[in-house]
Amino acid sequence: MGVAVENNEEFAQYAHPERLVSTQWVAEHLADPGVVVVESDEDVLLYETGHVPGAVKIDWHTDLNRPDTRDYVDGAGFAELMSRKGISRDTTVVVYGDKSNWWAAYALWVFELFGHPDVRLMNGGRDKWIAEGRELSTDRVVPERADYPVVERDDSRARAYQEDVLAHLGQNPLIDVRSLPEYTGERTHMAEYPQEGTLRGGHIPTAASVPWARAAAEDARFRSREELEAIYRDEVGLAADDDIIAYCRIGERSSHTWFVLKYLLGYDKVRNYDGSWTEWGNSVRVPIVLGAERGEVPGSAR
Amino acid sequence: MTAALPAQLEELVDDFTAVPQEDKLQLLLEFSRSLPALPSRLGEHPEELEQVVECQSPLFLAVEWDEDAEPGPDTPVRLFFSAPAEAPTTRGFASILHEGLDGLPAQQVLEIPDDLPERFGLTQLVSPLRMRGMSAMLARIKRRVRELQDA
Repeated sequence: MGVAVENNEEFAQYAHPERLVSTQWVAEHLADPGVVVVESDEDVLLYETGHVPGAVKIDWHTDLNRPDTRDYVDGAGFAELMSRKGISRDTTVVVYGDKSNWWAAYALWVFELFGHPDVRLMNGGRDKWIAEGRELSTDRVVPERADYPVVERDDSRARAYQEDVLAHLGQNPLIDVRSLPEYTGERTHMAEYPQEGTLRGGHIPTAASVPWARAAAEDARFRSREELEAIYRDEVGLAADDDIIAYCRIGERSSHTWFVLKYLLGYDKVRNYDGSWTEWGNSVRVPIVLGAERGEVPGSAR
Repeated sequence: MTAALPAQLEELVDDFTAVPQEDKLQLLLEFSRSLPALPSRLGEHPEELEQVVECQSPLFLAVEWDEDAEPGPDTPVRLFFSAPAEAPTTRGFASILHEGLDGLPAQQVLEIPDDLPERFGLTQLVSPLRMRGMSAMLARIKRRVRELQDA
C-alpha cells in the first residue's frame, strides 16, 4: 500500500472503504509524493479544458486499448504507460472522471487486471469537484518518468470472455447494466447515442436488468450501502458467495457496477464481460432474449 | 481518389492533417473554444433548433438562408450551433463544420462528401462512436438544406 487510507465515516459503511477517497482528501493529498491523480473521461478533450491540479490523463481509447486487437495493452505496454505517467508500482493512484466516474471505473478496472496494489476512486468524480468550486488547472502536466515493472495482465479474476459467459449461462447470475430499451431489444445503443453497429437487440438469457446509474446518486457519488443492497441483494437476489458477471455494450458502464459489487458490497467473485453486447449481439450461435423478462437458456446453447 | 472540397473546408482539413498527432487534440480544443455563440433571436427560441441526437452530448443546430437573400442553389446558407462548454469534443466538431460550411452556397453544402469526418486525421484519437456524431451533424445539415430548398 502507498499512502494512508482516508479515515472517512461516509466510507466506513462499504466493504472496502480503502478503495474510495473524497474530493477533500484529494485536495489535501494531490501533491503528496506517493500519490498520482489520474483523470479518465468519456469526452477526450475534457481534461484539457481544466483538471485537478497535477492530474495526468489516461484515455481509454488511445492509452488502454490496443490498436491491433480488440484487447487491452499487454504488460510491457502498461509498464510504459505507467512509467510515462509517473506511476510506480507502489504509487497510490486516485482515478476520477466525468459522468459519475463511469470511465474512471473502467480505467480502475484495467489497473486491476495488472494487479496494481493501490488504486482508488474519487467519490463523486469530476462533477463533484467542479460543483464544490475546487481548483481546475490547464497547466500542462509533465510527470517525472517512473520505472514501472512489466507485470503480465491477469484476466482470470476480474475479466470474463465470451466462452466464460457461455459456461456461466444458467448456472450463475448475470447483470445487464444497460438502459431498459437496450435490454429489451428496442434499441442497440444508449438513448441519444449513435448506433454502435450491433446486429441484434436484446440481452443474454437469464441476465437481470440493473442500469448502472442506479448505483449513483444525483451528485455523482455512490449510493449508500443500504440503498445498494436493496437493489443488488433484495431486488436482483445476489447471494454473498455468488459468482457474478456484469456486462453492458463495450464494458465501460459495467466496470462501474463491477466496482460497486466488488468493493462497496464486498462480493468476492465478480467479473466484467468487456466484449459485452457488441460481441454477444453480433455472435453466431449464441442465444439472446427479447423483452423485459430475464428469459431462459435454450437447451441447445450448452 | 477523393472528391474535392470547397476551399474554406479544404483549408481546415489541411490544418488538421499538417499538425503532428500529439497536437491534433489541442487544435480541436481551440476550435471548440471559437464556436460562435447563438444569435440572441435563436438563443431565445430553442424550438427553432434541431437536436442532433446521435451526438454523445447535447448539440443543437439550425440552418437558414443568408439574410434577405433570394433562396436558390447558389444562395449561401448560414449555420448555427449550440453545445455546452462541458462537451468540448462535440463543440469542436460543430466549430469545424461552422468554419468549413457556413456561408457556402446551398448546392455546395449538399455536395460535401459524406466521408468528410474521416479526413481530419482524428479517427486514431477519437473513438468511432464520437466520430459518428460528426457524421450525423453533417447529415442533418444537408437534410435541413434540402428542406429549405423544398419550402
